[in-house]
Amino acid sequence: MAGPDVSELQTFEHDVLVIGAGGAGLRAAIACAALGKNTGLVCKSLLGKAHTVMAEGGMAAAMGNVDSRDNWKVHFRDTMRGGKFLNNWRMAELHAKEAPERVRELEEWGAVFDRTKTGLISQRNFGGHRYPRLAHVGDRTGLELIRTLQDHGVHQGIHVHMECTILDLLKDGDRVVGALGYWRETGRFVLFKAKAVVLATGGAGKAWRVTSNSWEYSGDGLAMAYIAGAELMDLEFTQFHPTGMVWPPSVRGTLVTEGVRGDGGILKNKEGKRFMFGYIPERFAPETADSEEEANRWLKGDKSARRPPELLTRDVVARAINAEVKAGRGSEHGGVYLDIASRLPAELIKKKLPSMYHQFKELAEVDITTDPMEVGPTLHYFMGGIRVDADSQMTTVPGLFAAGECAAGLHGANRLGGNSLSDLIVFGKRAGDGACDWADKHDGGQIDNEQVLSIIRRATEILNRESGANPFVVQENLQEMMSHNVGIIRVKHELETAVEKLQELKKEAATAKAHATSQYNAGWHTALDLRNLLISAEAVTRAALLREESRGAHTREDFPGERDEWLKYNIFIKRGQDGEMVVEKRERAPGPEGLVAIAYSKIEDLESGAVGAEVK
Amino acid sequence: MATRTFRVWRGDKDGGEFKEYTVETQPGMVVLDGIHRIQAEHAGDLAVRWNCKAGKCGSCSMEINGKPRLSCMTRLNSLPEGTITVQPLKTFPLIKDLVTDVKWNYEQNKRIPPLKPRAREADGHHRMMQEDVDRVQEFRKCIECFLCQDVCHVLRDHHKHDQFVGPRFMIRLAQLEMHPLDTEDRIPKIRKEFGSGWCNITRCCTEVCPEHIGITDNGIIPMKERVVDRYYDPIAWFFKKVFGASNK
Repeated sequence: MAGPDVSELQTFEHDVLVIGAGGAGLRAAIACAALGKNTGLVCKSLLGKAHTVMAEGGMAAAMGNVDSRDNWKVHFRDTMRGGKFLNNWRMAELHAKEAPERVRELEEWGAVFDRTKTGLISQRNFGGHRYPRLAHVGDRTGLELIRTLQDHGVHQGIHVHMECTILDLLKDGDRVVGALGYWRETGRFVLFKAKAVVLATGGAGKAWRVTSNSWEYSGDGLAMAYIAGAELMDLEFTQFHPTGMVWPPSVRGTLVTEGVRGDGGILKNKEGKRFMFGYIPERFAPETADSEEEANRWLKGDKSARRPPELLTRDVVARAINAEVKAGRGSEHGGVYLDIASRLPAELIKKKLPSMYHQFKELAEVDITTDPMEVGPTLHYFMGGIRVDADSQMTTVPGLFAAGECAAGLHGANRLGGNSLSDLIVFGKRAGDGACDWADKHDGGQIDNEQVLSIIRRATEILNRESGANPFVVQENLQEMMSHNVGIIRVKHELETAVEKLQELKKEAATAKAHATSQYNAGWHTALDLRNLLISAEAVTRAALLREESRGAHTREDFPGERDEWLKYNIFIKRGQDGEMVVEKRERAPGPEGLVAIAYSKIEDLESGAVGAEVK
Repeated sequence: MATRTFRVWRGDKDGGEFKEYTVETQPGMVVLDGIHRIQAEHAGDLAVRWNCKAGKCGSCSMEINGKPRLSCMTRLNSLPEGTITVQPLKTFPLIKDLVTDVKWNYEQNKRIPPLKPRAREADGHHRMMQEDVDRVQEFRKCIECFLCQDVCHVLRDHHKHDQFVGPRFMIRLAQLEMHPLDTEDRIPKIRKEFGSGWCNITRCCTEVCPEHIGITDNGIIPMKERVVDRYYDPIAWFFKKVFGASNK
């Protein structure tokens, strides 16, 4: 195939181009449209299908509708404690402060949340949140979020480009000025010129075999930003959700919402023992029930009782399940039992957890109103991602912004359930606003034709070469390798093995061959995504190797426990001058005094006003 | 090792044919797993749409043994023994293999006037009772798989795409009309532009809905009734006047 003439490429010009149309991307695009900008929104799939639909439990916002003791400071404190104090202070503050207004705005746009008895937005309990805080719709809150933004967004004059995959960002000097992609339908290339670009592309869970993520989660944004010179950070923190399905094999990893535990579900091993009481970390002991009797009182609404240990943060619960299975106390198919059947009447289970009921009935032939579910950890979420400015969400590359899962900072070493959907709407809006502000101050730059041609060559070579590796096989090998060597419990020699194997896989991926034409060709798409998956996987592995402690979602068998020394650092990743991956730890700036006092306060002192009263 | 044979439509708008592929099976496998095995082992360029693989995104709609279904939620052991026939949705133009062009649906959504909420209460809240939003929430379970659109005779056999928005958007309209906060009036459009009269209540859409939404009984029929109340009630009133109210 001869190189095409760049001037003949189909070209769109926007003030702001948003890449990714899940919750963050849609919210960013809506923000841009509200400021009168010509806004393009690119989605890899059809509109409304992004992975946000998989979010089940709810979105965290301290509205205090169910328990009036809740406020932003308690939410902020929970987020910092959940993130093991490695979060970006400013992002955790903005998130806790702005989430309630972002949630109310969704109601204005048509979202219909479950209600309290007095008709307000109801809020449910979730792991790590001190008070009932998650606005929700049964167990399909993500669908409600994405559909609300979609239905609102289509009336705002946003140009939606569906089933379009972006291959790389285009630069003019240091600045990002556009992107090059292809249409899935035809395989034709398309050029986007923009004054500012927002990445909202999610994580890279597809690099693991057991994951709750779909094919789209190939780390496109992480890799494109990295190639464009942006810094990544905190990549060692990959969240394993404690409860994924484990049987049958075809659905291994599919998410089982934390809402099951929020509504009273308990975890048992094969001996029938409720084992979480044996895994309560010291830091959380004063706020966690130490007997079944107390946990049950809490569930019934006794405000003097402490929370059940099943609602500890995800890192803690996932490790506990892993330990039970390793000790030989696991379920038939290598998980543990999650029991809601003995806790709630059948009708209430169907009402509160309808998708879970159907999911197990139809995919596992298990009736969760009579039998326990078998569950185990599944790779779910990237806390780390592209480094951004807390207020504007701009990356370290001018004109390039990032929001949602592909951005880093808010969640630190571990994300609380429910803080993701609120992250999307708070920082999606901020990224949109930030991008518009940039677009106001800058003209569109120059497109570098040579760069465009080299991206096209890289893509078409996959189809043109005579023979080469099967991209599906390379992807499967990567997934197996990462699940084996960079799993929930990590150790130096396995991480080193992973680094070596990644070099081999990169060579294989570079020779991947797709057959037939470029029109809607799954093999070609898989081959193209490999580069991004591999960059993301390598970043996780190298960061995990460097962090010699166990904190949050990052657990090193050879370095157990949190080390105070390591609380001082974040790990950054950048592309070196010769294309090599550079990993370094850098000292964190100290947090603002008032916020630090709140984060580390005793809850009684915070609520009495003895701590944090002066912080507005 | 057990195996299963799939008969898969291969082709594009210019034509095509069924091709057979045999793959190994595992316990619990769904049709989409089978298609993924075919891609990995036999036909890397086989086109299929999918995302969540858990029945939540509505991407992987296709016709399996002649029935419109989500391929990620159709277990192989739920189908009769023998070859499984897989083909694209018939109601929409084919792009390639199992992928059809469903853009028309997105255009319909744009035509529907969005929610126009009443003002918030003095304390900044909207108040709605759970029992008043139960029905609206039922409609909002829709995952936009478009299986109801695929099976609707008005669209599938009579091609009235320019006169009827189809069941998916009738329940979108119903959901807005029944929304406790809404102040917009869509009834004239539901009658004229969105074509509520075209639905002849065969309930095929309700039967294929993977979310078990009562599309016809809970959504479309009430919308038809509201149209009738608005436009034809004066006649009922006239008849009552002339013939008396005795034959109630």
